[in-house]
Amino acid sequence: MSSEPRLVEVRKNVLKQNDLVARRLRERFRAAGVFVVSLVSSPGSGKTAFLEKTLSLLQPGYRVAALVGDLATENDAERLARSRAPVKQITTGTLCHLEAAMVEKALEGWDLNRLDFLFIENVGNLVCPSSYDLGENLRLVLLSVTEGEDKPIKYPTIFNSADVAIVTKVDLAAAVEFDWPAAHGNIQAVRPGMPVFRLSVKTSEGMEDYLEFLASQLVA
Amino acid sequence: MHELSIALSIVELVQEEAEQRGVQVNAVHLKLGALAGVVKESLLFSYEMACDDTPLKGSRLVIEDVPVAVFCPHCGGQRSPSSMQLFCCAECGTPTPDVVRGKELEVVALEVEG
Repeated sequence: MSSEPRLVEVRKNVLKQNDLVARRLRERFRAAGVFVVSLVSSPGSGKTAFLEKTLSLLQPGYRVAALVGDLATENDAERLARSRAPVKQITTGTLCHLEAAMVEKALEGWDLNRLDFLFIENVGNLVCPSSYDLGENLRLVLLSVTEGEDKPIKYPTIFNSADVAIVTKVDLAAAVEFDWPAAHGNIQAVRPGMPVFRLSVKTSEGMEDYLEFLASQLVA
Repeated sequence: MHELSIALSIVELVQEEAEQRGVQVNAVHLKLGALAGVVKESLLFSYEMACDDTPLKGSRLVIEDVPVAVFCPHCGGQRSPSSMQLFCCAECGTPTPDVVRGKELEVVALEVEG
């Protein structure tokens, strides 16, 4: 046995533990026939209001539930409970993102066979959640018109990791002089071909197109 | 700031590997993709903290940056994107969302003795 310093090859994914759990979750979701949508955005982009509206509008036709991640408080879960859908809060403490194991733990005892859609609201953060697979089928990234048009090119990693972009609070677009062509161009620059929905939770403008899109995912 | 969680995962993974092989680790070689969502400087800083009170204390983290590569449907091959803000083929300008490299977060080798 040599004690000379030497180089040994390893090749191990640092997030393999998370990826393993995510794969297990994805398999469980598939077997149960539930379509899982995660939401990422900066704090204050309107994730919770958007989710509350989504849960309410989907409910006549679909069985829905949600998990919401936050650093502290159960406020979001209380708000979402108004939609009468099953909701569970995941309080992450100081952790800035959700990990697959937290989702798995939160789902203990849930009968996923009784659901059509499960929504997972990540912690408000445009950086950290991008690295963690949660086993979701679809990742939505939200951008409110009040945040400015250049968010996508400032945070290309999270926009690149998402499947669909949702531009929220469009009822305020005129007041903040939101430049839609610029925003759309920036989204397409970092993720060419990404579907984008423009909507307002307050006025319901654009909600119908987005809900139709979700429904079409369930069939596909 | 999730680099500390990442650093702790690296330390855990490397310790496991070192125990299995019965070696002492002097350095950890890591491939870090530009789209991995991890800030190199803060990972280096976090790594030192994560090594405290472990057999890895004093070891180095050697990071190899992996630039993003996309598949260009027009050129029919792997190309660089114009920039991180513009996912178009740097050669012909065709937009492409098809990332083939740049998400790596992988321990590739260990400098060991014993």
